[in-house]
Amino acid sequence: MNVIETKNLTYTYGAGTPFSKTAIEDVNIAIKKGEFIGLIGHTGSGKSTLIQQLNGLLRPTSGTVLLNGKDIWEKKKEIRKVRFQVGMVFQYPEYQLFEDTVIKDIGFGPRNMGLSQDEVNQRVMQVVDFVGLDHALLEKSPFDLSGGEKRRAAIAGVIAMDPDVLVLDEPTAGLDPQGRDHLLSQIKAYHQQRQNTVILVSHSMEDIARVADRVLVMNESKVFLFDETAKVFFHAKELEQIGLRVPQVTKIMMKLHENGYPVDPAVFTLDQAVKEILPLVQRGAAND
Amino acid sequence: MIKDVTLGQYFPGKSIIHKLDPRVKVLLTLVNIVFIFIAGNFSSLGLMTVFTLVAMLLSGVPFTRYIRSIRGVLFIVLFTSILNLFYGGGTVLVKWGFIQITTGGIRNAIFIAVRIVVLILMSSILTYTTSPTQLTDALERLMKPLKIFRIKVHEIAMMMTIALRFVPTLLEETDKIMSAQKARGADLESGGIISRVKALIPVLIPLFVSSFRRAYDLAMAMECRCYNGGKGRTKMKVLHITAKDIITFLITVAVCVGVVLLNIFVVENFLI
Ligand SMILES: Nc1ncnc2c1ncn2[C@@H]1O[C@H](COP(=O)(O)OP(=O)(O)OP(=O)(O)O)[C@@H](O)[C@H]1O
Ligand SMILES: [Mg+2]
Repeated sequence: MNVIETKNLTYTYGAGTPFSKTAIEDVNIAIKKGEFIGLIGHTGSGKSTLIQQLNGLLRPTSGTVLLNGKDIWEKKKEIRKVRFQVGMVFQYPEYQLFEDTVIKDIGFGPRNMGLSQDEVNQRVMQVVDFVGLDHALLEKSPFDLSGGEKRRAAIAGVIAMDPDVLVLDEPTAGLDPQGRDHLLSQIKAYHQQRQNTVILVSHSMEDIARVADRVLVMNESKVFLFDETAKVFFHAKELEQIGLRVPQVTKIMMKLHENGYPVDPAVFTLDQAVKEILPLVQRGAAND
Repeated sequence: MIKDVTLGQYFPGKSIIHKLDPRVKVLLTLVNIVFIFIAGNFSSLGLMTVFTLVAMLLSGVPFTRYIRSIRGVLFIVLFTSILNLFYGGGTVLVKWGFIQITTGGIRNAIFIAVRIVVLILMSSILTYTTSPTQLTDALERLMKPLKIFRIKVHEIAMMMTIALRFVPTLLEETDKIMSAQKARGADLESGGIISRVKALIPVLIPLFVSSFRRAYDLAMAMECRCYNGGKGRTKMKVLHITAKDIITFLITVAVCVGVVLLNIFVVENFLI
């Protein structure tokens, strides 16, 4: 069953003005329930535009977006429901915080869904632990938090709606390497526990390689590749031509493979690389 | 989308009108506006109308744009011209109680409508062909004499430039914040007036917070580059008067003289 499917999806900003710009063109993708999708592409390739179609923030210029097989724009009045089903965490989401306490801000989405105060509280408490936010911060003003804490609070605010599909637009941008790894692991854990669909937009191949089942590569408003992670990195040459870099490990493994070592070139995490290379080294030692 | 609100109306282009010195454009636009008011009969107003239409053609801005600028004030045009319908002498056409429509009234109504429309078009030419930065630059130069009254011309111009510079940024930011709150189910589009105003709070608070942060950052950045007001400051883009400007100036003068002559020597006797 496809949770999300797009058919000939095209979107043009400022259509009919001299500033018109087609940001995505003829996008046909299908995403199955429970998948973890990585979305990658050069800056300006249309990633943010594409994901905003999925929850009806932008209306397609032409083409359709299907959610669980139904056109999301079939009934214009019901578009808010779509937004609860497809949760969207924007780039730099900390700028959406506005309530006087963190706990209220996280509860904004669930309150909009019309849940009772008890349910709202229950959900807030759940997600606070999910994103690893200190309980002591809950009664503080969101503007007094640190950058990383704000980011977590904002993400919690979207997860609290318990969406079927969670879309994150560069959630790790501007975080330090440790904070980045931590947040990524939590997103992965969230995905595994809830068994829902996650779409993660990122500039970092390393990040995507770590977490995604399938990778969607956008280039100049079009879908360039959409395949299983391992298979996508096999196209290292083409990816580099469109200005994307494959993970460092993959590069090394490809070089080794080229030079005649019996290793799998389509390796993209450190652990896998160790598994591939260690036997070689041990064998080498045994031969000496 | 919120960006569709055209605040900065500038329409980039390379026409003659675009290339005129902004100071000259501002001055001549003012002169023309004055003469649109001085034009007292249909002949002289006709001359101003033709002049405006020629300038519009030369500006290379599509006519649909100009029509849009009129549409915004259509109500005012209709309102004033209908009011004028009831004043004026001449033959009485319709009489209804103390209200009467006369031939003179019809003449007045048409005259006023044309005058306002030409006025709007004339000022639109300026705003369509001059970027906001050019405009403030020109205003700063033109207001320079006010310095003797201790008016801080440079500071005012700098404030205007900064404000204009941040209008698109703020619009973009508003757009982003609105999207983010809509994604959390904020309902910004339905409900009565009170619930709509309330619904704006989640948008306005982050907007204010980030505006203050931006203002603070900008002040800091300006100070770091030793900005200390207009004293001794030179311009990166020095404005130059060229032959184009002088020719335009002369044509405008000729048209203005024409308006005065037509006012004096043409006697119109229709619809009186
Ligand atoms: N609101 C807008 N109005 C007009 N054009 C826009 C708007 N937003 C984006 N664009 C244009 O659409 C294209 C795609 O933008 P988009 O934001 O989807 O890119 P992106 O892949 O998310 O880039 P990044 O990695 O930098 O976030 C860009 O060329 C951009 O200039
Ligand atoms: Mg983006």
